[in-house]
Amino acid sequence: MKRIGPGLLAIVLLTVPLWVGNPYYVHVLIMAGIFAILALSLNLLLGYTGLLSLGHTAFFGIGAYTSALLALRLDWPPWVGFLAAVLVAGLAGYGIGKVSLRLRGAYFVLVTISFAGVIYLVSVNWMELTNGPLGLPDVPPFSLGLPGLFELSIRTKPAAYYLVLAVAGAAYFLCHRLVRSRIGRGFIALRENEALAESVGINGTRYLVLAAVVSAAMAGAAGSLYAHYTRFVSPEVFLFTYTVTMVIMVVAGGKGTLVGPVLGAFLFTALPEALRAVTSWQWQMLLYGVFLILTVFFLPKGVIPTIETWLRERRASP
Amino acid sequence: METFLQHVVNGLILGGTYALLGIGLTLIFGIMNVVNFAHGEFYTLGAYGAFLFLSLLDTNFFVALLGAIALGILLGGACERLLLRPLLGESIETTMLVMIAVWIAMQNAELLAWGGVAQSIDHPFPQAPLILGPISVAPLRLFVFGTAVLLILGAHLLIHRTRLGKAMRATFQDRETAALMGVDIHGIHTLTFAFGSGLAAAAGTLLGPIFVVYPSMGDLAALKAFSVVILGGLGNFAGATLGGLLLGIAEELGAGYVSSGYRDAVGFAIIILVLLLRPSGLFARAERVG
Repeated sequence: MKRIGPGLLAIVLLTVPLWVGNPYYVHVLIMAGIFAILALSLNLLLGYTGLLSLGHTAFFGIGAYTSALLALRLDWPPWVGFLAAVLVAGLAGYGIGKVSLRLRGAYFVLVTISFAGVIYLVSVNWMELTNGPLGLPDVPPFSLGLPGLFELSIRTKPAAYYLVLAVAGAAYFLCHRLVRSRIGRGFIALRENEALAESVGINGTRYLVLAAVVSAAMAGAAGSLYAHYTRFVSPEVFLFTYTVTMVIMVVAGGKGTLVGPVLGAFLFTALPEALRAVTSWQWQMLLYGVFLILTVFFLPKGVIPTIETWLRERRASP
Repeated sequence: METFLQHVVNGLILGGTYALLGIGLTLIFGIMNVVNFAHGEFYTLGAYGAFLFLSLLDTNFFVALLGAIALGILLGGACERLLLRPLLGESIETTMLVMIAVWIAMQNAELLAWGGVAQSIDHPFPQAPLILGPISVAPLRLFVFGTAVLLILGAHLLIHRTRLGKAMRATFQDRETAALMGVDIHGIHTLTFAFGSGLAAAAGTLLGPIFVVYPSMGDLAALKAFSVVILGGLGNFAGATLGGLLLGIAEELGAGYVSSGYRDAVGFAIIILVLLLRPSGLFARAERVG
């Protein structure tokens, strides 16, 4: 089972566009993939270092704007814009991380919210650069290739699906390698007991800043994918709703696991879409709130860790 | 110079209600160790409460204000009793998540109940401003400021001059010891949350008639409450009062002389700068209630 499971899942994921005919379902899966990258990136902080950042949309938005602006204003190919988005978001993560990681608990949370708030206000007010609240329309679709040699434009939904799947897979792999490395064990040690971790030689600030940079860069990548897929970027990418969605995905799926946030991303992208047919946006958000409360009360560890504990107990007492 | 004075006066009047918001939030944080993200929603509740009493039940303006505050107190108490008491002893992140959930749920419930259209609250005060030397003030704003000052004084007396206030201060200093001395911790928590929510609702009913009332108005109010609390130091009553007045003036000056688009950035900037440079607040000697 342990061998077959992942292989089967890979086959299913790789063949989705072949047997899912409805482009709307493919669209939902693409959005789920983008959110899976975001949830994985937030989980790196919240799940492994134990820091609750509520400013994560800042990096998502910075990535989206960087990629869109480079494509629109300077005509850069989108894949270069993608790399630039990763780089700029990572740099922002370094800067913001460096100053805010001196704080802990409520103070850290409030500073991260404030940074996201300031960047949102800049995106609304700096008309010359961002076109303000009107946003940037006509962002070109993603394309791979070298000028003059070959060009592979990703316009169709199945192509976008494979692109997002590839990036999400890479993000998952990166997180997997990172948290199982010496550095990842350092993150967990800091989460469990910071003073003790530092006493055995783990440089807290350096590890946490590293986590912030990787996390921000991943969110930037998701932002770039989002910009070229939806082909429109506006200050709405900084909305606090996105941050809350990411937090719910990580917490409900299971923070501190790798499968949890991905599962959470799929559940909480599919659920609102399913609800959309029967209810209004306000009801959906109201239910989101209720669901978050229920999760904290009844599934405080999230879905995946609860299932794991249950399986372990069953195996221990046959 | 005249415009400067006018800005300062306008800022002070706004600042009085910011102080009310901040005091509620800082008490809840100090005594319960809960970061109340739903604080802005109690502010919205206050404004809509006043609107409800006035337009649907057709009550007197002042009765409507009192009714709205009572609504905030009741709902705040219920919120603590149902959602926060079972989580006593959980980490601060856990209660924070629950309060974020309450915030989202309340805001969207308000959207469902009232629709997205902004409403205005009628008030009995004359429109013509009072001219006091170089400055002019609308009578309504004067009433708002006066009420805010009275409420702040009342809260101060409650905390420093009553047995209940003593129990609150004891809980703030050391929850376990206070419990050992016979303080009913659960009761204090419920009262603190109800009281803080009541103050937020009061700020909402006071500012509601000055501005318009709309479901997402609480978001900005929450931002302001957080900047006030951080300015004054988390859990610091006097700090929150001074912080509120300072924020009001800083915003008015910022909007008047820099750019009104960045008016709300003042709050964020205060949070970032104060937390990075002086994390215990501008007026902190030691963190304490009072």
